[in-house]
Amino acid sequence: MKPTRRQLLYGSGSAAIGMAAISPFVWDAIKPQKPIPGGIVGANSARGHRLRDGAFPAPIDSGKHDVIIVGSGIAGLSAAYHLDKAGIRDIRVLELEDHAGGNAHSGKNDVSTYPWGAHYVPLLSSESGHIKDLFRDFGIITGEADGLPVYNEDYILNDPDERLFLDGRWQEGLLPTLGVSAEDQAQYKRFLAQMESFKVKRGDDGRRWFAIPIDESSTDTDARALDRLTMKDWMLAAGYTSEPLHGFVNYGCRDDFGVRHDEISAYAGIHYFAGRDGKAANTKPDSVITWPEGNGFLAHKLAEPMAGRILPNALVYNINDTGAGVVVDYWDGQVSRRLTARAVVIATPRFIAGRLVPPLKSPDFTYAPWVVANLTLNRLPGGAGADLAWDNVIKDSPALGYVVATHQVPQMQPLRTVITYYWPLTHLSPAEARKEAIARTYEDWQKLFLSELYRVHPELVGHVAHMDVWLWGHAMIRPMPGFIWGEAREGALKQAPPIFTAHSDMSGISIFEEAYTHGLKASQAVKAFLA
Amino acid sequence: MQRLLLVSVFVIATCGLIYELIAGTLASYLLGDSITQFSTIIGTYLFAMGIGSWASAKVDKNLLAFFVRIEILVGLVGGSSAAILFLLFDQVASFRFLLYFIVTVIGILVGIEIPILLRILKDRYEFKDLVSRVFTFDYIGALFASILFPLVLVPHLGLIRSSFMFGIFNVMVALWLLYSIKEPLPWARLHKIAAGIVMIILTLGFISSDKISSLAESNSFAGHVIFAKSTPYQRIVITRQQSDIRLYLNSNLQFSSQDEYRYHEALVHPVMSALQAPRNILIIGGGDGLALREILKYPSVAHVTLVDLDPAMTKLFSSSPMLRKLNQDSLHSPKLKVINADAFMWLKHLGANRPIFDAIFIDLPDPSNFSIGKLYSTAFYGLLHTVMGPDSLAVIQSTSPLVARKSFWCVNNTLRASGFQTSPYHALVPAFGDWGYVIASNRPYTVPTRYPAGLRFIDADTARDMFSFPPDMGPIATKIQRLDDQALIHYFDEEWSKYLIY
Repeated sequence: MKPTRRQLLYGSGSAAIGMAAISPFVWDAIKPQKPIPGGIVGANSARGHRLRDGAFPAPIDSGKHDVIIVGSGIAGLSAAYHLDKAGIRDIRVLELEDHAGGNAHSGKNDVSTYPWGAHYVPLLSSESGHIKDLFRDFGIITGEADGLPVYNEDYILNDPDERLFLDGRWQEGLLPTLGVSAEDQAQYKRFLAQMESFKVKRGDDGRRWFAIPIDESSTDTDARALDRLTMKDWMLAAGYTSEPLHGFVNYGCRDDFGVRHDEISAYAGIHYFAGRDGKAANTKPDSVITWPEGNGFLAHKLAEPMAGRILPNALVYNINDTGAGVVVDYWDGQVSRRLTARAVVIATPRFIAGRLVPPLKSPDFTYAPWVVANLTLNRLPGGAGADLAWDNVIKDSPALGYVVATHQVPQMQPLRTVITYYWPLTHLSPAEARKEAIARTYEDWQKLFLSELYRVHPELVGHVAHMDVWLWGHAMIRPMPGFIWGEAREGALKQAPPIFTAHSDMSGISIFEEAYTHGLKASQAVKAFLA
Repeated sequence: MQRLLLVSVFVIATCGLIYELIAGTLASYLLGDSITQFSTIIGTYLFAMGIGSWASAKVDKNLLAFFVRIEILVGLVGGSSAAILFLLFDQVASFRFLLYFIVTVIGILVGIEIPILLRILKDRYEFKDLVSRVFTFDYIGALFASILFPLVLVPHLGLIRSSFMFGIFNVMVALWLLYSIKEPLPWARLHKIAAGIVMIILTLGFISSDKISSLAESNSFAGHVIFAKSTPYQRIVITRQQSDIRLYLNSNLQFSSQDEYRYHEALVHPVMSALQAPRNILIIGGGDGLALREILKYPSVAHVTLVDLDPAMTKLFSSSPMLRKLNQDSLHSPKLKVINADAFMWLKHLGANRPIFDAIFIDLPDPSNFSIGKLYSTAFYGLLHTVMGPDSLAVIQSTSPLVARKSFWCVNNTLRASGFQTSPYHALVPAFGDWGYVIASNRPYTVPTRYPAGLRFIDADTARDMFSFPPDMGPIATKIQRLDDQALIHYFDEEWSKYLIY
């Protein structure tokens, strides 16, 4: 008997079909009859690579400002936001792309706004008092009760937050509960309890072992020793052997850092679970703050007062301290222009900063490539076992799963939605993975994402109205063993006026709080320097 | 040849009676009142057969070819009749007209069959033998059909598939004749093609009967499915058994016409009768118009706003005569304004000029999933405050405090956490069980002692008793239903899954 489409999708062993391994036969059965509109959008690698390869024409004009900020990700925007607040208004932010936001970039169509990168912030940690003010300004924290911040209910992540696809059905939560042994359960419990104890563990200096921002952490040697082995090795040494637990931790590491748990520093891996000790008066401690457009909400709010002072499509190719001001040359796609400033903040990843200012070069800074796809759906994804959640994870998938943009809309049943698929390319070394990714066509990506989506959601066949794919060649700093508490990062934290740096990679972990903190600190340093 | 024609008599007699039975059964499923339906369908059918017999005299030439054509036509119309009637029940303005039209057409065609056959066979038998044999086979066929229909066809094949199957038998008679007759038949090829096409149509219908009747989902519901429609929001199914009409949304019972008055009187009157002269009313959900029917019993009511997500619900309950009878045509009230929108989004985006409602009735499906759960949350109840004055009352249907005690008190406690005073109560609605409601108010609520005349369930004594809870249903502490932590959904799931019978 000819197998039906459903049997092909759900047949025995089909759960093992990875995204890359789907058979051409299956793909023929489910591939779109009509081409799905969309394409590869975003991060302009061709223009970025001009910096690596190209010579630029001489500037045709010049201008003068107090401060130039290179890069308009969260760090650059935060620096600009605080300089502006401090009364230093003669600022220009130069951005390579045609939009501000960096990893917090977002998109919008007639269905919803949606994230292209970072898409949530945990409740602010006990060391993040400096971010509380910002959250108050932005209406994210609306008050205080019982000594705890009250978060805006619209932004607190709605229930159900996550579900896992496993053995043909969905379950609530990300830790597999179906068909796991008592030993697995016992290890889950012990692991989660140990993470809870790490959350409150303090060193002799009174600081938490795992703080956010990371530089507020304790200097205890025992804590820092965790930075010298991988997460997987640490788990095995601590007696964690459960396969589903390793799968869960590996998922967490790939999700937050774009690095597998057998490669990442154990310090970073544990930090993911133990760093977030935030509490709120009106929601659970492990809750997060999110928006349909993800952290694009924060990027827009930070960029708002800077309107007119952010120059998009500006590829900075030269930064030079002349002694009488810092010269910044950039190419706007047609011509080169020159700006001179009293101070410059380089708010780019270190690999770009090193190209602009050679002493900043550091080979220890490595970056994880990611692919993100946004799919517009004409119906909501279904699935047996658990209702559609915010974060929908497919076990043993190379991709992380998808986030539903309309999740925070209190509408009972939106008829259409946008889902954002995240895929850190961790199956190869970053360089190889980037090469493989750049060579892929839109059709290749479509096949990879849709064959996975349709395997889990056969009901969506024919309901994908649009699909865009974004390639992040250097999405996140990779906290490999020895990086977070190593010399390269320590060196990168030193500022050399009048050229300052601000970026989350200076923390070794790519999260909003770190980027914001570096932006804020750079603004304070610039202000002190200018004064 | 003779034997073949006599077998045809048997087949067409069986088919003829089957179509009649299908039409009668369908009519009583869809329209209720089976005695009237069967009686009028049989009468119409027999009368139409009479017209057919009379008309048969007009045919003079090529009787055999004519008979073949009639068989093909009976097969087509009769065979697809059940599917057509099922599918068009909610589509046509006057279903009765369609029903009797189809019955008449089949009756006329079947009425032509026997006289024509008699004339075809008249030269091959003596008159007395002819009449005796033809009618013997005719009546045997009728007996066979009448036994087959209730014992085999309805329970095992269903109406739609049976009807296609007997259509196929009719066409097979035609094909059999076409291929076994030695004498030349004019246009034989065309007849074969026509028979072939009809055969294909009926076979396709037979194969996809499940699809057609999956619209009906007959097996999963008590009673016969008489309406089924998938809207973008839900699956609406209406069933009928005798005079009991039931509405299911996504397979969950919403009311039974036998006792819905208990549910809706208990929902509406404790609030309405407690108000001085309620003018401006809001109903959230309640697209069936049944709560509205009770509300309109108060002459002081000037405006009713009904917010129901699904336009298909309000359309159905304002157009079907059977359902309009049930809600006393409340959805056509000039006082009513229907808004087909998501209640949460509608309340959230009402703007600055918010109306104040004297009474609010929240008649939503049970909190069985995270989507509907949003409408039971502190965030939603917070929005209710913005459209209520100090004396306004709101009432929320809150599942069964007996089956789902934690769920019921969770609704109550969530309303309290949202800043309301609450007055919980319950009433026995046999189709549902012991059913719960919570009144939310800004001032203390007093149970009214006077009610409109003509109520069947609520009076002062009943109402007073509704507000006391026996120990197994009494108040308990629960978590609060919030958007970021939908405790109610977990309670509901846990509690109802223990009750197999639901």
